[in-house]
Amino acid sequence: MASSSATSSAFSTRSLCKTYGQGASTIHALNQVDLEVPAGELLVLLGPSGSGKSTLLNILGGLDAPSSGQVFYGSQELNQFDDRHLTRYRREHVGFVFQFYNLIPSLTARENVSLVTEIARDPMPPEAALALVGLSARLDHFPAQLSGGEQQRVAIARAIAKQPQVLLCDEPTGALDSQTGILVLEAIDKVNRELGTTTLLITHNAGIAAMADRVIRMADGRIVDITVNAERLHPGQMSW
Amino acid sequence: MPAWLPTLQRKLLRDLWHIKGQALAITLVIAASVGMYVMSKGMLLSLNQTRSDYYAQHRFAQIYAPVKRAPRRLRAAALDLAGVRQADARIRVGVLMDVEGVVAPISAQLLSLPAGAQPAINAIALSQGRLTRERASNEIVLLESFALAHGLAPGDRIQAILNGKQRRLDIVGLALSPEFVYAISPGEIVPDSRRFGVGWMDDTSLAEAFDLDEAFNELLLLTDPDRSSAELISRLDQWLRPYGATGAYTRSEQLSDRFLSNEIEQLDVMGYLLPPIFLLVAGFLLHVVLTRLIETEREQIGLIKAFGYSHFAVAGHYLQLAGLITLAGIVLGSVLGQQLGQGLASLYQDYFKFPYLRFAAPLDVYGVAAGISMLAALLGCGLSLNQVLRLSPAVAMAPPLPPDYSRGARHLQSLLRNLDQPSRMILRHLLRWPVRAGLTCAGMAMAMGLLIGSSFSLDAMDYMIDASFNIIEPQDASVVLVEPRQGEAARAMQQLPGVLLAEPYRAVPVVLRHRHRHRRETLIGLPAQADLSRLVDADLRRVELPHQGLILSRKLAELLMIEPGDLLEIEVTEGHRPQLRLPVAGIVESFLGTGAYMEMGALNRSLREDHLISGIRLLLDPARSDEVYQQIKAMPGVAGISLQQAAQKAFYDTLQESLGTFTFFNTLFAALIAIGVVYNSARVALSERGRELASLRVLGLSRGEVSYILLGELALLCLLSLPLGALLGYALAAFLVHSFDTDLFRIPLIIHPSTYAYAALVIIVAATLSAAVVRRRIDRLDLIGVLKTRE
Repeated sequence: MASSSATSSAFSTRSLCKTYGQGASTIHALNQVDLEVPAGELLVLLGPSGSGKSTLLNILGGLDAPSSGQVFYGSQELNQFDDRHLTRYRREHVGFVFQFYNLIPSLTARENVSLVTEIARDPMPPEAALALVGLSARLDHFPAQLSGGEQQRVAIARAIAKQPQVLLCDEPTGALDSQTGILVLEAIDKVNRELGTTTLLITHNAGIAAMADRVIRMADGRIVDITVNAERLHPGQMSW
Repeated sequence: MPAWLPTLQRKLLRDLWHIKGQALAITLVIAASVGMYVMSKGMLLSLNQTRSDYYAQHRFAQIYAPVKRAPRRLRAAALDLAGVRQADARIRVGVLMDVEGVVAPISAQLLSLPAGAQPAINAIALSQGRLTRERASNEIVLLESFALAHGLAPGDRIQAILNGKQRRLDIVGLALSPEFVYAISPGEIVPDSRRFGVGWMDDTSLAEAFDLDEAFNELLLLTDPDRSSAELISRLDQWLRPYGATGAYTRSEQLSDRFLSNEIEQLDVMGYLLPPIFLLVAGFLLHVVLTRLIETEREQIGLIKAFGYSHFAVAGHYLQLAGLITLAGIVLGSVLGQQLGQGLASLYQDYFKFPYLRFAAPLDVYGVAAGISMLAALLGCGLSLNQVLRLSPAVAMAPPLPPDYSRGARHLQSLLRNLDQPSRMILRHLLRWPVRAGLTCAGMAMAMGLLIGSSFSLDAMDYMIDASFNIIEPQDASVVLVEPRQGEAARAMQQLPGVLLAEPYRAVPVVLRHRHRHRRETLIGLPAQADLSRLVDADLRRVELPHQGLILSRKLAELLMIEPGDLLEIEVTEGHRPQLRLPVAGIVESFLGTGAYMEMGALNRSLREDHLISGIRLLLDPARSDEVYQQIKAMPGVAGISLQQAAQKAFYDTLQESLGTFTFFNTLFAALIAIGVVYNSARVALSERGRELASLRVLGLSRGEVSYILLGELALLCLLSLPLGALLGYALAAFLVHSFDTDLFRIPLIIHPSTYAYAALVIIVAATLSAAVVRRRIDRLDLIGVLKTRE
C-alpha cells in the first residue's frame, strides 16, 4: 500500500469517510472520497457550504480524524498518528492560512512569523517570508496596525516561513474585498511556484479556480468533478 | 426550565450555568467573607451578651477593696458611701492544696460563703452538689474546671494547708463564678485548670482558720451606674486606710474580666479586618468575570437592544447575574458563619468558663453582612455595566477591533530582544492589561498576606515563651510567702536538699503616679545580680539593676507616659505607706503583664525596712524536685507556688488548640481566595484567548507550549505576588502586633522564614490546582471551530 503512494504524491486518500451523529440523523460530511494530490500541485477545492471541503482539509491537515478509510501523507498513514505525532506533523510539514487570519495580536508581523520559525527545523528568515508576500515595510507593525489584506499576507508568510511541504488555505480571501484578495492570492501563487509547496485552497468563489493546476468540485461529501486547467492564470489576470 | 420564566431570565440561568465554575469560586469567596463576619461579630455580641447576663445574674462586683483586716460592721457602713448600692464583705486567702497523685503543691484561693447561702455579691453558679453548711469547717465547694481537671467530684476529698495546718476537706459541690470566667492565677498568662484551684468555704470556719473572727479582708461593692467610680475608689481608699487597704479597683481591672475584655477586643479587630479583604477580592472577581461575559456577549447585547430592550433592562440583566452569585454567597456565608460561630463558642467554652455560651447572631448582623456584600458586588460590576450601557446596538453587532499592542511597545524592545515569541506574548499581554494583572497579583498577595498575618502568631508566641520562660524567668518554681519575712527564709530554702539556687524577691503593692496618670502595680525588688529573674532589653540582652531609681517595663512606661530620667511618684499601699519620689533609670522589655523593678536593697532602704522578702525563686535539681515540693508543702509561711514548666506547658497547649484552629481556617480561606483569583483569571484568559491558543495548536505548537503562554502568565503573576504577599503579611502582622499590644501581654513581631515559606506554598499549590483544571480545558480546545469562527 505504502509503495503505491509514490513519493511524488503529497496526499492520497482511500475510501475516506467522516460521519457525525448516529442512526437516522447521521450526517456524511465525507463519503468514500478517493483523492491523489501530486507534490507541488496547486489544487482548488470548490463547493457549497456543507459539501465536505473543509472536513477534507482538516483531515489532511491533521486536525481531524476520519471515521473510516485511509489518508496518507507521502507514505505515512495519518490516521495512525496520535495527538503528539499529529502536532509534530503540523509543526514540520503543514502551513495553514485561515479565513480570519488568526494572528496573535500581541506579536508584531515579524514576531508572528518568528513564532513558527522558532520551532521549525529548517525555516527561512521571517524577514524573507514577509518579503515574499510584499510586507518588508511592515515588519514591526502589530496586527491592529495592519489592514485585513496585510494581516492575511502576514498569515501566509507565517504559514510558509517554515518551508512546509504543504500549504492549506481555508477561504483565505473570504473576508477580503477582491482587490486585496488578489494580492493575497498572488502571494499564495508565488509560494507555490517558487518554493514548490503543494497547495490546497478552499473557496466558494469559482473565479479563483483559474489559478489552479486542478479544480475539484465537491457536493454532499463526495467529489463530483475534477477539472485540469490547461493553463494556470496569474491571479492578477483573474477577476470576480 | 419552567414555562412562566421570562426569556431574559432563562438566558440568565443558562449564562450562570455556563460560568458555573467561576460563579462558584466567587460565591465561596463571598461566603468566606460573610461567614467570617457573622462568626466574629456574632461571637462578639454573644460573648458580650452572655457576659453581661452572667454578671447581672450573679451580681458580679463592680468594685473590689482588699484590706488586711477590717471589722464586719464596716459592711453596713459601706452602704452609706455615696454611690454604693450594695456591699458585701468576705475573706479571700491564698492557700496550698494537695491533690492525690499530684506531687507539686497547687496554689489556690479560698473564698468565704455566708452561712449556708449565696453571697450578696459574686454569687456562684452551682453546677453539682450543694453549698457549704453553716459552720461546716470541713466542707468545700470547688471551682468546676479545677475539679474536673483532677477528676474530683462531690463526695471526694481534698487536702489544703490552711494557715499552716493540714486539713482534709469534703467536696460538697462544684461551681462556676463570674470572677473566674478566665480562671487564671495572678501572674500567669494562660489559665491552667490543673495548677490553679479555687474553693469556697463557710465564712465562720474560714475566719477561724485565719484568725479573722468578726473580720473580713475584702469588700465588694455594686455601685450606682451614674456615679464616677474614681471618686468612690479614692474615698474608699481613705476610709479603709486604717485597715490596711492596698487600693480598691474596678471590675475592669479584675483579672478574669480584663482577659475576657482583651479577647473580645481581639475578636472585634479580626471581625473588622478580614471580611473586607475577602469582599475586595470578591468585587474584583465579579468585575473580571462580568466584563468578560459582556465582551463575549457583545453581539447578543446589541441584538437585545435592537429588539427594543432598554439600556437599563440589559444592564439590569447582568446585574441580576452578579446579584444571584452574591446572594448565593450571602446565604452560604450565613450558614457557614452560624456553624463556625457555634464551633467557636464551644472552643471558647473550653477556656472561658461560662455556665452557658450560646452563639446567637442577631438578624442585623446578617443584614449588615448581606448589605455590604451586595455593595461590594455592585462596585465590582459597576464598571462592566457601564460598558453595557454605552454599547449602541450597531456597535455591539460589529466585531471588536483586535486589541492594539503597539502602545508602549517601543520601550519594551530592548527588554524583549532575547525572548522567544511565547514569552513575548506573556509580557505584552501583562503590559497591555496592567490593571487586571496588578489586581490578580494583588489578590494572590492578599491571600498570602492573610495567611502570614494569621499564622505568624505561633512564631511570635514561640519566641515569647522562649524569652519569657528561659531567658527572663529561667526559674523552676516561685514560692510566694503569706507575709513579708526576713531574708533568712531564703537562706533556709537554699539549704533544702534539691535546691540548687534560691533567690529572694520583694513585692510591694504600690500606686505609681506620673502627672495625671496612675496605675496600681506591684513594685518588685530583685537582688542586684538576680539569675532567676532577669531584666532584658528589646534584643533580650541583660539590663543591670541600678543602685538608684526604678526600671519600668516598656508598656508601663508608655501607659504612664514617662521616660528615663523623669521622676515617678510612688505611693506604697502596705505597711507604713510611705510616699516616694524616684527617678526612672531605664526601660526593659517584657511580653507578659507590666512591671516596675528596683534593686532589693535600695527598695528595702526606701521603705525603711530591714531585709524583707516576699517570695523566693528556685532553681531545682530535676531529680530531687519532688522532695523539695514535699518540704514546701509542710512550710506554714508559704501562700502559693507556681511552677514554670507547668505554666509553659499550659501556654503551649492553649496556643496549639486555639491558634491551631484559627490557622487551619485561615489557611482554608487564603487558599480559597488564591484559588478564586487564579481560577477566575485563568478561565477568563482562556475564554479571551481560546481562539488564539487554538490557532497556535493548529500551527503546530504542542499542548505544553500553548499552555505555557496562558499559564506562564499566571505563574509569573504568582511569582510576583509572593514578595508582595510577604510584604503584606509583614504589614498585617505588624498591625496586629500593634493592636494587640495591651498591658496584659505583647506579641513580638517575629515571623519565621518557614511561615513565609508555608504561605507561599499554599498560594503556589492553590494556583497550581487551578492551573491544572484550566490546563485540561486547553487540552480540549476545539481546533477546527477556530478556523471557521470569527471572534
